[in-house]
Amino acid sequence: MKLKSVMLAACAAAMTTGAVHADGVKVGMITTLSGGGAGLGIDVRDGFMLAIQQSGRSDVELVVEDDQRKPDVAVQLADKLVQSEKVDVLTGIIWSNLAMAVVPSVTARGKFYLSPNAGPSALAGKGCHPNYFNVSWQNDAFNEAAGAWASENGIEKVFLLAPNYPAGKDMIAGFKRFYKGEVASEVYTKLGQTDYAAEIAQVRAADADMLYYFLPGGMGISFMKQYAGSGADKPVMGPAFSFDQGILGAIGEAALGVKNTSHWSKDLDVPGNAEFVASFTEEYGRLPSLYAAQGYDTGLLLVSAMEKADVSDADAFRAALKEADFQSVRGDFKFAENHHPIHTIYMREVVKEGDVVTNKVIGVAAEDHTDAYGVDCKM
Amino acid sequence: MDLVLLIEQLLNGLQFGVMLFLMAAGLTLIFGVMGLINLAHGSLYMIGAFAAAAVASATGSFILALIASLAAAAIAGVIVEMVVIRRLYDRDHLDQVLATFALILIFSEGTRWVFGSFPLYLDVPSALSGAVELPFGISYPAYRLAIIGIGLVVAFGLFLLITRTRIGMRIRAGESDREMIAALGVNIAVLYTAIFALGAALAGFAGALVGAIQSVQVGMGEPVLILAFVTIVIGGIGSIRGAFVGALLVGLTDTMGRVLLPVLFGAFMNPSAAMAIGSALASMSIYILMAAILLFKPTGLYGSA
Repeated sequence: MKLKSVMLAACAAAMTTGAVHADGVKVGMITTLSGGGAGLGIDVRDGFMLAIQQSGRSDVELVVEDDQRKPDVAVQLADKLVQSEKVDVLTGIIWSNLAMAVVPSVTARGKFYLSPNAGPSALAGKGCHPNYFNVSWQNDAFNEAAGAWASENGIEKVFLLAPNYPAGKDMIAGFKRFYKGEVASEVYTKLGQTDYAAEIAQVRAADADMLYYFLPGGMGISFMKQYAGSGADKPVMGPAFSFDQGILGAIGEAALGVKNTSHWSKDLDVPGNAEFVASFTEEYGRLPSLYAAQGYDTGLLLVSAMEKADVSDADAFRAALKEADFQSVRGDFKFAENHHPIHTIYMREVVKEGDVVTNKVIGVAAEDHTDAYGVDCKM
Repeated sequence: MDLVLLIEQLLNGLQFGVMLFLMAAGLTLIFGVMGLINLAHGSLYMIGAFAAAAVASATGSFILALIASLAAAAIAGVIVEMVVIRRLYDRDHLDQVLATFALILIFSEGTRWVFGSFPLYLDVPSALSGAVELPFGISYPAYRLAIIGIGLVVAFGLFLLITRTRIGMRIRAGESDREMIAALGVNIAVLYTAIFALGAALAGFAGALVGAIQSVQVGMGEPVLILAFVTIVIGGIGSIRGAFVGALLVGLTDTMGRVLLPVLFGAFMNPSAAMAIGSALASMSIYILMAAILLFKPTGLYGSA
C-alpha cells in the first residue's frame, strides 16, 4: 500500500517561493502502517503529530511513508525522502533490523535521525553517529532493569524465552547482564510463531521461580492467552513490549498480575504526562501506548531544537538536540555521550481499572539508567 | 524429558495437526476438484476469526461466534467465487496465483479499514478455560482438548460427506473428469460454488477456533497458509485423506522437532549452541519432511499420478 500524506504544511508563501528550508524543518517519517506491526507505527506517528500540533508551529512539514516492516522497502523510502523530498530529519522506524538498514546510510549523508523506537546495540557502541539521536531506549535497557529487579526480589531460577532473531538475543543478553541468579532454561522460538503449546509445557515442567519473556506484537498476545489457559502458575515478567496497551486490550484479564519494565507509564506522576494522556485519548479515542509516548517525546525534542537553532546550521542544530531541553513525559531525560537516553526504568504491574486492563507503576527498577555500549562510542 | 511431558507434547502436536487439517481440507478440495490454487484461503481464515471476535464481543456467546465465523467465511467464499474465481478456472496457475494474491491484499486492507490495525480480543469460553486432569497425571488445557475433539469430528463428517452422499459423489466425479460430469447434466457452476463455500467455511471455522488462543489480527492467515500448502503437498494434492495424514505428520513433526531437537543436540554440545542449532533445525523440520516424502513419493502420500 502506498500511503503518503503531507501534513502541517509550511505557510503558503514559503511554498510558492520554494524557500521551505529557510526557516522550517522538513521531516520524513518511515514507519510501519500496514501488516502485523501496524499498531506500533500508528501510535508513534500519532504521538509525534500530537506534539507538533500542540507546539503550534506551522513550519514543520511532515511526509509519512509506510515501510510494511520490510527492510528493502524502508531503504527505498529513505533514498526517496533524502534525494527527492530533500528532508532534513528522518524518524519513525519501529524495528531494529530496519533501523540497521536505514540509519547508517542517512546519517552518513548528513541528515539527522531521531529514533522513536528501536535501539540496536550496534548503533549505541562502535556504530554511533553524531547525527543519530535515540529518543526511546537502547534495546537492552528494559531487560537490564528487569534483571536487576529480579535479583533484588529473590528470584533464584528463571526460564527465558524470546524469538530467534537479533533483538530477541539482545533482550535476553540484557536481562542476564544484571541478573545474578540461575538460568533454568533459555528457549528461542521462531520469529512470528503463533502456537506456543510446546514451549508452555516446557515452562510448566521446568524447575524455575519465574518466566521472563520478550515476545512483541501478536506473538505476545498468542503466548499470554495460551499460557493463562494452560494451568501454568509461574509468575511472568517481561519488557514492556510484551505488555503494551495495544497488546493488553487483546489479551484481556489473562495478563493481570504480570510485571513488566518500562521507561513510561500512563499513570507516571511527572509534569505533563497526565495532560499528554488526556489529550491523546481525546484526539484519537484510545489510550496511548509507550510507542505513542515515544513518538510524542520525539516531536517535543524536534520542536525544542527548532526553538534554539536553524536546521541549516547542522552543528548548532546538533548541539540543540543534544541539550534535550524538553519536558519528557517519562520525567527526567538526558542524552548520554552516545546520544542514547539516560532515564529511569520503572517496574509496572498489569491491573484492571474499571473495565480496562492496563499497567500501573509499582516501583523503580533502575534509576538514571544508561546503556552498556556507550564506552565503545567515539565521536 | 519424562514420559508425562512427552505425552503432553504429542497431544500438542495432534492438536496443531487437527487445526492444520481444517485449513488444508478446503485447500485440497478446491485444488483437487477445480484445479485452482487459492492463495486467499488464509484471508478466509482471518475473516472467520474477525467475525467471531466481533460477534463474541457483541453477544458474549462463543457458540454464536463460531456460527458467525462459519457463515461469514462461507458468504465471503461464495462472493469471491462468483465474482473473481469463476473466471480463473480455465486460466493457467500463474494467473490464478496473481489474482488470488491480489485478493489477499484486498481482504487485508479491507479488514484493517473496518476493524482497525490493533489486534482484537477473543477469549476461550469460560467453560473451557483452564486445564483438565487426564490419566497418568497429565494436565492439559481443556480448550485444546476440545479443538482435537472438534477437529476429529469434522474430519469424520467430511469423510462421510465425500464417501456416502450424493454431493460427495459429485465432488469425486468432478475430481476425476470435469467434462464428463457436466455432460451428464450436473450443474457444475453450482457444484463449484458449493465446494468453494465449504472450503471457505472450514477455514473460517479454524480461524475462529485458533483466534481464541492466538492473536486476531490482520495478516494472521498467511503463516498458516504456507503450512497448509506443505500439508497438502505431503498428503497428495486433492486427497482429503492425504490432507488428514499430512496435517497430523506436519503437526507432530513441528512440535516434536521444537521439543526434541535441542535436547538431542544438548547431549553432545553446550546448552546455548544446542539451543541455537536445535531451534534453527526445528523450524526447517517440516520442509525437510516434505522434501524426504517427495523424494520417495513425488505426488505425495495419497496423490494420484
